[in-house]
Amino acid sequence: MATLTLKNVKKSFGKTDVIHGVSIDVEDGEFIVIVGPSGCGKSTLLRMVAGLETITDGEVQIGGRRVNEEEPMARDIAMVFQNYALYPHMSVFDNMAYGLKIAKVEKSEIADRVAQAAKLLQLEPYLQRKPRELSGGQRQRVAMGRAIVRKPAVFLFDEPLSNLDAKLRVQMRLEIRALQRELGVTALYVTHDQVEAMTMADRMIVMNGGVADQIGKPLEVYANPATEFVAGFIGSPPTNFMTGALMGATSDTKLGVRPEHMRLSETGKLSARTTYCEALGAETLVHLSCADGTQVTVRQDAGAPFPEVGAQVGLDWDVANEMRFDAAGRRV
Amino acid sequence: MAEQTGMVEKRGAGLWLTHLGLIIGVAFIFFPIWLAFVASTVSQPEIVRPPMPLLPGDQFFENYSKALTAGINAPVALMLGNSLFMALGIAIGKIAISLLSAFAIVYFKFPGKKLFFWLIFLTLMLPVEVRIVPTYEVIANFGMLNSYQGLILPLIASATATFLFRQFFMTVPDELAEAARVDGAGPMRFFFDILLPMSRTNIAALFVILFIYGWNQYLWPLLITTDPSMNTIVMGIKQMFPSGDDIADWPVIMATSILAMIPPVIVVVGMQKLFIRGLVESEK
Repeated sequence: MATLTLKNVKKSFGKTDVIHGVSIDVEDGEFIVIVGPSGCGKSTLLRMVAGLETITDGEVQIGGRRVNEEEPMARDIAMVFQNYALYPHMSVFDNMAYGLKIAKVEKSEIADRVAQAAKLLQLEPYLQRKPRELSGGQRQRVAMGRAIVRKPAVFLFDEPLSNLDAKLRVQMRLEIRALQRELGVTALYVTHDQVEAMTMADRMIVMNGGVADQIGKPLEVYANPATEFVAGFIGSPPTNFMTGALMGATSDTKLGVRPEHMRLSETGKLSARTTYCEALGAETLVHLSCADGTQVTVRQDAGAPFPEVGAQVGLDWDVANEMRFDAAGRRV
Repeated sequence: MAEQTGMVEKRGAGLWLTHLGLIIGVAFIFFPIWLAFVASTVSQPEIVRPPMPLLPGDQFFENYSKALTAGINAPVALMLGNSLFMALGIAIGKIAISLLSAFAIVYFKFPGKKLFFWLIFLTLMLPVEVRIVPTYEVIANFGMLNSYQGLILPLIASATATFLFRQFFMTVPDELAEAARVDGAGPMRFFFDILLPMSRTNIAALFVILFIYGWNQYLWPLLITTDPSMNTIVMGIKQMFPSGDDIADWPVIMATSILAMIPPVIVVVGMQKLFIRGLVESEK
């Protein structure tokens, strides 16, 4: 349990800059999600905290102590990998105990800690099995167990749920969060899935091209995206963007309106043609095409009537819900 | 119903034919070995007198004990021991060295890494026969003629095995090495605790191949062992052949041949399960 501080952390591979300087102060026990599309540097950032990548510039502090030059082991962290990285020839027990054995923890203590973790993760019946005899979800739990028994200062998760099916993912999402709360360990969690970021994070870092576009609480980020990228990346279906003639007076900026803030009406700010309707039960997504070809999605409650495909309808929204961006993509 | 029975019968006939074909094939291959065995159990006059005997005779114990204890140049028991020592030395040595060099090539960054790999790879193109004269010179200068070191050391470096392990190590996910690092395992600890057990089946498969390779070495032992007490079994058999006017003691030679076959057979049969797994399965 500790705080984690990144001070203008940078990474370059040769002449290519991958991370252009990320800073954040993570409080003790906080759950931070780093989210972004593939190639945005989120995994690299995590691996620098873990000590698996060297830090080109800047400083990483764990518990107030500079750890830039330290080996992963000495940093007092534990990491859960995307493919779990369980040792295939070792039993579940040995997988969890391996780090402790290396740290020369006493045998009885190892047995205690593994038993505790196994109980917490409902892995008790499987301790003598090999990883290949377990299901994906169970393997995921073993990987978690391996992290827990170390009693680290910081948990690092590298897309731990991306190999699970959708249903299990939702379940494990809740379990990981509950577990982290129970143990009170600071956590850094990397994902490309904005739903995971929204649901799990205390605060999230939205990364784009090696830059932290925005750091903040999920709902704040959702309501007030700092950049065009954040507005487009967070939220599903994504924000509708309109340019040029569609947005009226100003011409050098972009206008974003979230699908749930748009409504269909007789008249309105815009006129568009319905191209497709997705009735999802609880809600309906109406896809429309504007005069200049811009695609727009409107989210309606299930009860609301939706137009026929091909129908010409009006689009309206409140000015308060407008998000305007400048040419560089920054919020105006 | 009738049709079904017909089908089963048809398949049954096919099965029998297949088996018959296989049996003939096995008999064909096994026949020379059978002849050798028969020849090792009869007396010298019986072999020489046509027709050749096809059923074992009553000289089994006499011939085999003569071969084992006396032999012709050296007792076969001694030669078997030499061969075993050499084959084990070559197999184990090759595996140890190639494991380590593959580990270095795959997991460490050092200048000239690619160059070293290709240098190792290049030695594949130089079989023992090509480099035998300079190798002999080196071994002679080290005073290793007529010694186990001399028999084993020059044959121990193996590009094939290094290459094989390199390929295997490259299929091991990087995350495993990283997980070990996070767990606090140093490079050698990772090697012994994780890589080595994971390579178990590959090692077994290689061991079988390399043991037989070592066991069958002929030219090299022939060159560097002049002392009969250092003879290996494979070259020993050849040396039993008569030169000039000597009369060949065929029953003893045949008994020696049969004896020479036993250790490789034991190794293959004993490690068959692991061997096949090593060849077909990549367990990750």
